[in-house]
Amino acid sequence: MSDTIAHLKRGERGTITSFDEELVPLKLLEMGCLPGNQVVMMESAPFQDPIYLNINGTHLAIRRETAQVIQIERHG
Amino acid sequence: MGKSINVALIGNPNTGKTSLFNRLTGLNQKVGNYPGITVEKKEGICKLSPRLKAHILDLPGTYSLNTSSLDESVVVETLLNRNSKDFPDVAVVISDVENLKRNLLLFTQIKDLEIPSILVINMADRMQRKAITLDIDLLEEELNTRVVLVSARKNQGIDQLKKAIIEYKSLNTKPCVNASSIDPEYFDNLKKAYPKQSIYKLWLVITQDVNFGKIDRNRDLENLKQASFEVKSENDLKKLQHQETVVRYQFINGLLKKALNVDQSQAKDLRSRLDRILLHKVWGYLIFFAILLLIFQAIYDWSSYPMDWIDSAFAKASSWAQTTLPAGPFTDLLAEGIIPGLGGIVIFIPQIAILFLFIAILEESGYMSRVVFLMDHIMKKFGLSGKSVVPLVSGTACAIPAVMATRNIEDWKERLVTILVVPFTTCSARLPVYLIIIGLVIPEGSVLGGFLSYQALTLMGLYLLGFGTAIFSAWVLNRVLPIKRKAFFVMEMPAYKVPMGKNVLITVVEKTKSFVLGAGKIIMAISIVLWLLASHGIGEKFTNADELVRAEYAGQSLSEDELNDKIASQKLEYSFIGYIGKGIEPAVRPLGYDWKIGIAIVSSFAAREVFVGTLATIYSVGSDEEETIKNRMRAEVNPILGGPLFNFASGISLLLFYAFAMQCMSTLAIVKRETNSWKWPAIQFTAMTVIAYFAALAAYQLLS
Repeated sequence: MSDTIAHLKRGERGTITSFDEELVPLKLLEMGCLPGNQVVMMESAPFQDPIYLNINGTHLAIRRETAQVIQIERHG
Repeated sequence: MGKSINVALIGNPNTGKTSLFNRLTGLNQKVGNYPGITVEKKEGICKLSPRLKAHILDLPGTYSLNTSSLDESVVVETLLNRNSKDFPDVAVVISDVENLKRNLLLFTQIKDLEIPSILVINMADRMQRKAITLDIDLLEEELNTRVVLVSARKNQGIDQLKKAIIEYKSLNTKPCVNASSIDPEYFDNLKKAYPKQSIYKLWLVITQDVNFGKIDRNRDLENLKQASFEVKSENDLKKLQHQETVVRYQFINGLLKKALNVDQSQAKDLRSRLDRILLHKVWGYLIFFAILLLIFQAIYDWSSYPMDWIDSAFAKASSWAQTTLPAGPFTDLLAEGIIPGLGGIVIFIPQIAILFLFIAILEESGYMSRVVFLMDHIMKKFGLSGKSVVPLVSGTACAIPAVMATRNIEDWKERLVTILVVPFTTCSARLPVYLIIIGLVIPEGSVLGGFLSYQALTLMGLYLLGFGTAIFSAWVLNRVLPIKRKAFFVMEMPAYKVPMGKNVLITVVEKTKSFVLGAGKIIMAISIVLWLLASHGIGEKFTNADELVRAEYAGQSLSEDELNDKIASQKLEYSFIGYIGKGIEPAVRPLGYDWKIGIAIVSSFAAREVFVGTLATIYSVGSDEEETIKNRMRAEVNPILGGPLFNFASGISLLLFYAFAMQCMSTLAIVKRETNSWKWPAIQFTAMTVIAYFAALAAYQLLS
């Protein structure tokens, strides 16, 4: 089982590798959530939902369900 | 007479687009609606040179031209329709220096439409602090455009921008990304079928329907869907849109690697330090709650001074008109119908302004997104979205903008539920009703060493009741409505900013003005009708009231004043409105109301705020004394039980009725437009009114 964004703890980072396009809204792609781009976990709300990320320089929040389907390669 | 050109301001949300618009146009702007839809249209005039004016259109903020909401589709429609009078001669695309990467996505799409475009990089004053350097020449070359560095906040670079707009004819309209590379064969066929059209424009028209239907478009593109070439399935089109986004980002990332340099070691981040506190699992919620408390205390306390002043000023004006102007029906209409009716509107301007002030500050500072973030998980459990918090909070000002603010909720079910429950939140139209009743039936006095008064606490309780009912109804609706929930949620977390005084001021003035004018028309009309009904009647008991009353009390030694009062109340009782009121009375008596309150309730089904004005009109008919509305209401006696009409039981019953009932025609009309069906407003109206009646009934029966 590879890592997803939902596995990241605060301050950890990774590179997006792939995701199922059906489960991710186009708007998230437009904000820069694309394979090859870097993602940093900034903060999470109680129950780790939603999650506040920095993807490719953009600060945004997504729900845990979406974070769980975005595969990443962890850094460090 | 100078020449005028059309300029469209386009940009992502949170790029300072509105600040720039305010800088360019000053107060020389007007806010209206796009024809037929409820999207706000902001326009203004900017003088570029002695001979050239710019008509500036501030388009709604959007992240891309792939539309998924009504607001966004307005942007695309404006850019596609060359025959429209709003079609821009030049597009000014605004970006934020800290989010250039994401902002450029929209810019490359607009470039592909071959519209002359200028790239504005806003918040340039932050570059030094954030250790950002830009290669402007390289950007201009690779993007085929003019780049202007601006700080709308510090008023820097505005003149350079005006100069660039003046020279718009020299702009290069060549696209900077080749979008057709995602499927060369398909785009070739498209080009062959419509050789005259821009290829990207065709693509936008085709894909628009994938995410968003029902848009009127100009006729030459109408037949596109029945095109003779290969038609792609919705899924294939979506995949292509994804690929288009990938191609654009490849170009942008490549370009910015060369043109943008951020020295991370120097970047000191205020954002993360503030987020640590404001999003904290305990402190975050406590701070949010404290801010809410502050807002309610402010509405109640700060506004009471101007409100008392307005109340007595209108009472004085009314009696001045009565005594100074020549007697006659016109003077009566003015003194007893129009002036008290107007007073009923003007009196709650202070509260609306304070509410809009707080909401504008929360939005401008970037804090509102943090609230959404904190609340999403809880709201999700009730079938709502964290983004429902914004409509629910702005619903405390007015349900109409609140219903419109649901547009950025991605999931249809979450959005519909939000629209249906928003009218439960305590809108400012309920405030005058609440304030006057609370003032009459809740004792003065305070807890916590005088910091919180009982009256303020009651008001806070009513707000919580509104929120609570909204959330509970959402939970029920989420279970009952047979609609599938996708639960998509994407939200930008903007940088924190000190709100700009000018932006906040313009928002407060604009919103208050449109609210008061909108409500004002209804209130004026209703006041005049009510006055006519109350001062006219048929039958002997009305026309001969004077003689009949004098005869009846002939034996008793009543003063002239007391006699006049008796005559006035008999006249009112046998006027047209008296008959209507008596007809309603059996339905409202179990709730603790007399027929006068019944009339006020019925007329406030047009709009709640009519309540106070109606009572003012009814009570002032025939009374010459200078008295405030509140004092007149305090003096009313329950015709059956005796004692004050407005006592604790009937007061609470009235408060509950107004808390729950759907008494606003404008909101019903907006819900119809936003849900595209009469079904939802009909359900909303019926359910809320039934709840209101039974809650008021239970309260009165238990308390009296």
